[in-house]
Amino acid sequence: MSKLFTGAEIVFKCLEDQKVEYIFGYPGGAVLPIYDELKNFHSIKHILVRHEQGAGHAAEGYARSSGKPGVVLVTSGPGATNAVTALTDAYMDSIPLVCISGQVPTHLIGTDAFQECDTTGITRPCTKHNWLVKDIKDLQNIMHKAFEVATTGRPGPVLVDIPKDIQFQKIKYENFESKKKLNGKKHKKFSQIEIDNLINLMSKSKRPIFYTGGGVINSGPKASDLLRELVAATGFPITSTLQGLGCFPGYDNQFLGMLGMHGTYEANNAMHDCDLMINIGARFDDRITGKLDEFSPNSKKVHIDIDPSSINKNVKVDLPIVGDVKEVILSTIKTLNKKKPNFSKSNKQNISKWWGKIEQWRKKNSLNYINSDSSIKPQYAVQRLYELTKEKDTYITTEVGQHQMWAAQHYKFDKPNRWMTSGGLGTMGYGLPAAVGVQVAHPDKLVIDIAGEASVLMTMQEMSTAVQYNLPIKIFILNNEYMGMVRQWQELLHDKNYSESYTAALPDFVKLAEAYGCVGIRATTPDELDEKINQMLNTNRPVIFDCLVDKQENCFPMIPSGKPHNQMILGPEDEKENKITGKGKTLV
Amino acid sequence: MANPKSAYSVSSKKEKSDTHIIVVWVDNEAGVLARVVGLFSGRGYNIESLAVAEVDAKKSISRITIVTTGTPQVIDQIKLQLKKLVPVHKVADFKRNDKGVIFKEMALFKVVGNNAKIKKAINACKKYDAVILDKTKKSNVIQITALRREIDKMAKNLRKFGLVSVSRTGAVAMTRGDKVFN
Repeated sequence: MSKLFTGAEIVFKCLEDQKVEYIFGYPGGAVLPIYDELKNFHSIKHILVRHEQGAGHAAEGYARSSGKPGVVLVTSGPGATNAVTALTDAYMDSIPLVCISGQVPTHLIGTDAFQECDTTGITRPCTKHNWLVKDIKDLQNIMHKAFEVATTGRPGPVLVDIPKDIQFQKIKYENFESKKKLNGKKHKKFSQIEIDNLINLMSKSKRPIFYTGGGVINSGPKASDLLRELVAATGFPITSTLQGLGCFPGYDNQFLGMLGMHGTYEANNAMHDCDLMINIGARFDDRITGKLDEFSPNSKKVHIDIDPSSINKNVKVDLPIVGDVKEVILSTIKTLNKKKPNFSKSNKQNISKWWGKIEQWRKKNSLNYINSDSSIKPQYAVQRLYELTKEKDTYITTEVGQHQMWAAQHYKFDKPNRWMTSGGLGTMGYGLPAAVGVQVAHPDKLVIDIAGEASVLMTMQEMSTAVQYNLPIKIFILNNEYMGMVRQWQELLHDKNYSESYTAALPDFVKLAEAYGCVGIRATTPDELDEKINQMLNTNRPVIFDCLVDKQENCFPMIPSGKPHNQMILGPEDEKENKITGKGKTLV
Repeated sequence: MANPKSAYSVSSKKEKSDTHIIVVWVDNEAGVLARVVGLFSGRGYNIESLAVAEVDAKKSISRITIVTTGTPQVIDQIKLQLKKLVPVHKVADFKRNDKGVIFKEMALFKVVGNNAKIKKAINACKKYDAVILDKTKKSNVIQITALRREIDKMAKNLRKFGLVSVSRTGAVAMTRGDKVFN
């Protein structure tokens, strides 16, 4: 007779078979049998967080930076509800997570037992799928299916809820064959005709643009390589969403910078005026499109996406191509090389006027700001951080707010999976635990969380996790004592009524760092900034860097309330210019 | 809103809504109805009526019939979002005025009154395949199968004949002829 395993053992055997190396979790009553087995499975290391939300974000950072699914283990009730924010975040940004939660024993379900909650009910709208394991016979299949659902198609979070009695019950474990496909959701493959149509549109276009997003990252590093090849082979300009940063080098001349609400002048104007928009793995989010009715009014739109429900959801497109970004780009390059060899040269004349226009927009230098000798401008801080770390293979995470946008604008990425930020959900407190997860995945790399002081306090407790596992993450706080983005909106839209956006009592972050057992550094003037940043980089321990920045600085450029792409507010310099010239608006 | 004080765009275009019947084949497992219905409520889609029952006990497949209204874009999204759900096998979509499809709803009417009134009630129901399910001296339970608007009309008309209670199902649908939706 073959050996019988408990449900808890089955969980680990499945994790082993799925080649899981790290799980992020927090123990509790309903998962004790699983925690009891941890000692018997040496290939799996558990990272003990300080809050289940931290476990979720850490797993997200791990997944986003490594391309592997992140695994979370939490207990029933509050353990599961605390993980909900991270699950929703992963759902919005298409990050593969497998969350295993304990549940009260099956005979107590529905009795309002201690630490009971309807976990599958609560997480139904924030997961791709979830399961309540009611029978030990189903456990193994569900576990493997969970990994399959999380990682195939458009990736996302899943949850497996395992009652405590199931964790104790015994059953055989069937050897897992990773080839075995378990009724995964399949979509029809895109056709060559669609690719031909795309090539046709590309060769006719006089004002083309690539608009790329997180789907390129999710398709794997190969997709980014192919994208670079395609962009070079066409000579077209390219812009990227927040999530897509890194799939194309940020310093390349064909790259127009990020688009959207805080995107560059040239990227947004090019999106508005183009005659061909090729969306690769992006989803026409409202922060990108601005006013929908006036979004890129004169363009043919192509949308390449793995998720059919993304097509025509917000913006009607002319040519949808449903498929994995990597495969679609590969087909496109192959067809292009066959049908139009030397396309970028032969087509150069066709789009030279367009490039001329783009160069005009570029001259606006929309990311510019007025620097200061006395106070550190947040943009300057990010620029210096970039200059001092660009030679290293640096991983950047962020929290949410002004600092996030400044990081996206001024830190230039040249590789995928180096940029972890909460885009869809906009979760303050994402960056610090995400940095923990990134550092776990890449122990020898430099990992920096560009943070705001308000965001970082939401999950500050995870510094303790970083210290416990010797994860030398760097928390680079742009400290302006305000919830900066809230303050900015209040200034621009609510008559400067700064309602509750100032934090009147903040901890001393240097002392806080010391209390956690890590290193605290403070920079107060621009002169000392470089030296202090270098000091941070030379510290092989977790660091909290308190960078005191200008408190009034706003994040520009910006597309204001319900406006289309070509009506941006540029920086304060532009405002001044406009005042001097009166009515004569100098906008191109 | 002239000045919405918001970075969200203001919706301005109003497209025409149509009524559609969406048929979904799903694994008959715990929570599957909640997934389908939750998708509708979570994304702000509308459910006019709902009918659900297992249709294949061996494969454990249930058939959910949902009547909904929406713009073409919304109907498209409903179908695509439904197809993404793991327990969903296939999704069919019919326009309410599609001549190739039969739609039926069932209703039970309880009529209380004297013989003459009940007789009138039964007469009124005749053209909708009326079946008398229960009969006493003072009351009748009448079953009819018809379209939604016909049942609406009957429910109104029967009031004067002593209608005291109405119970009705959601619509179910099936294509005409030998075609089967795949």
